Amino acid sequence: MANIMNSLYNMRLLDDLARQETIIHKLHPLMKLLTTVSFLTVVVSFGRYEISGLLPLFVYPVMVFSLAELPLKPILLRILLVSPFIIGIGILNPFFDQQIYRLGGMEISRGWLTFLSILIKSGLTVTAALLLIASTGMDRLAGALRMLKIPRIFVLQLLLTYRYISVLMEEVARTLRAYSLRAPNQKGVHRSAWGSLAGQLILRTFDRAQRIYEAMCLRGFTGEYETGGFKEIRVWDIAYWAGWMLFFVAARLYNIPMVIGSLITGVIR
Amino acid sequence: MHMADALISPLVGGTMWVATAGVAAYSIKKIQTEMDEKKIPLMGVMGAFIFASQMINFTIPGTGSSGHIGGGLILAILLGPYAGFLTLASVLTIQALFFADGGLLALGSNVFNMGFFTCFVAYPLIYKVLMGKGYSTKRIIVVSVIAAIIGLQLGAFGVVLETLFSGKTELPFGTFVLLMQPIHLAIGAIEGLVTAAIVTYIWNQRPEIIERAASGEAIGNASIKKVALGLISVALITGAGLSWFASSNPDGLEWAISKTTGTAELESPVGLHQKLSDLQSKIAFLPDYSFKAPESEAGQGAGEGEEAWPAVSEGTSTAGLVGGGMTLALAALVGAGISLLKRRKYRANS
Repeated sequence: MANIMNSLYNMRLLDDLARQETIIHKLHPLMKLLTTVSFLTVVVSFGRYEISGLLPLFVYPVMVFSLAELPLKPILLRILLVSPFIIGIGILNPFFDQQIYRLGGMEISRGWLTFLSILIKSGLTVTAALLLIASTGMDRLAGALRMLKIPRIFVLQLLLTYRYISVLMEEVARTLRAYSLRAPNQKGVHRSAWGSLAGQLILRTFDRAQRIYEAMCLRGFTGEYETGGFKEIRVWDIAYWAGWMLFFVAARLYNIPMVIGSLITGVIR
Repeated sequence: MHMADALISPLVGGTMWVATAGVAAYSIKKIQTEMDEKKIPLMGVMGAFIFASQMINFTIPGTGSSGHIGGGLILAILLGPYAGFLTLASVLTIQALFFADGGLLALGSNVFNMGFFTCFVAYPLIYKVLMGKGYSTKRIIVVSVIAAIIGLQLGAFGVVLETLFSGKTELPFGTFVLLMQPIHLAIGAIEGLVTAAIVTYIWNQRPEIIERAASGEAIGNASIKKVALGLISVALITGAGLSWFASSNPDGLEWAISKTTGTAELESPVGLHQKLSDLQSKIAFLPDYSFKAPESEAGQGAGEGEEAWPAVSEGTSTAGLVGGGMTLALAALVGAGISLLKRRKYRANS
């Protein structure tokens, strides 16, 4: 139950955040989507032993966070919630790769290095996806998908799913509350109620879909979900994307921390 | 079973995206031709239902724990494979965007692992075939469990292969398979039992829903063959294309490894066949495969470009540590600076 309320809260929070009007929010959704995908590809393309080369990429989420005025805490919390799986898979690396690697006087096994690399990548990729939705919102993102020629049916049904998640989550929460009141001290749904509880919900969902369809027809539904037209892509939008692309490519081609570090250690010597 | 971006390589992620897009395009075409407009809201609302229903914990008899449903099979049974696949794809897209369950690059793999194997393998080839003799409570239970287990086993195996081809973890093939398959045997059994309970209930209450889905979209052998053939060829073409691209580009994946470790031999040119042979050698020699130890000292400055990097020495690793720290500090400074400026602007405005 707490789980459902949490998810609902999280979705509404991201929805609210997406309604702000900052520089980042005003950018064209398509360009933001392209920037995000480019960022993800660059992050993921780094080899498994790479750590230092990944660090400059932190500039991207940091800049977007501050320019879009997004709160750090709820989004970082999300990332922490996702990490157990990543840690679960990555933590095995140190056991399978015990080659010694010397790092600034310390000796660590190469497995820890790959593990750290996975953790950094996971943090970067998860943040990038959340930042995209928190600064764009589902409707505008759907508009961008349509511009990419993603078929109408899919986009329409994606939006409907999104729209109705909160409705159905509330319904599930009510049903579960009613169930738990009649079945106290029970951790989940008992086997005898598996079919009737979930099945009843599905039947109601079918009926609801029917009513929704009829309501849509009455309002003149012709098969198109109007997203309010597409925004023009301005020069500034393209510049935003191109600027980040330049940075990503530079960060991929040159190990920026290594350059800075050699300069500094060179000077000290 | 959601794969994260951090564990996938662009090559694998891209190939799976193309494969998934192919299946989705085919499904959309199928739906459009036999479309009943009513199905769009039904798909949308059912997607929302699957999303919400994953919050229901079904207590597993005899154990203290509980499980939830993945939904691929139930969607295929209630909506038919095409609409089911598309619905699951949108559920996974929303999960990736809002809950970071599985990444955006890994979305193709996730939709494929959880949607394709359930909607286009387990449902038509197992569920429908075994169900052909008609519905009965007993048969629904047995068939649902078998179909769910097979669907999940294939999906789990997909996860294993995609992770290994991506080469981000050190897990050897055998260990990973032994880790994934038994877990998903249990998960599949539970998914099957819950699915069976739901299908039985709906069959008793509103049999027409299940009949409609089953008869309305009779999926013949020809079309499943077409899907499979198209899919394999698409995957091969993109795999070959992308790997050609990757290997013609010296700054591919392994370039970074050679940069940090000085051992380009660790993983020579990229390419699917290479990945495969890589995998083979990993399975066979893992316990004693050794990396070529970095020898040459290369702590020179930044000016020398490519050649200066490859070998790792005390000097370069120190430089890396110092530079890394500096970079992070710089990033933080940029963020703090922007926030400060913004706050000032607000104060000035108010």
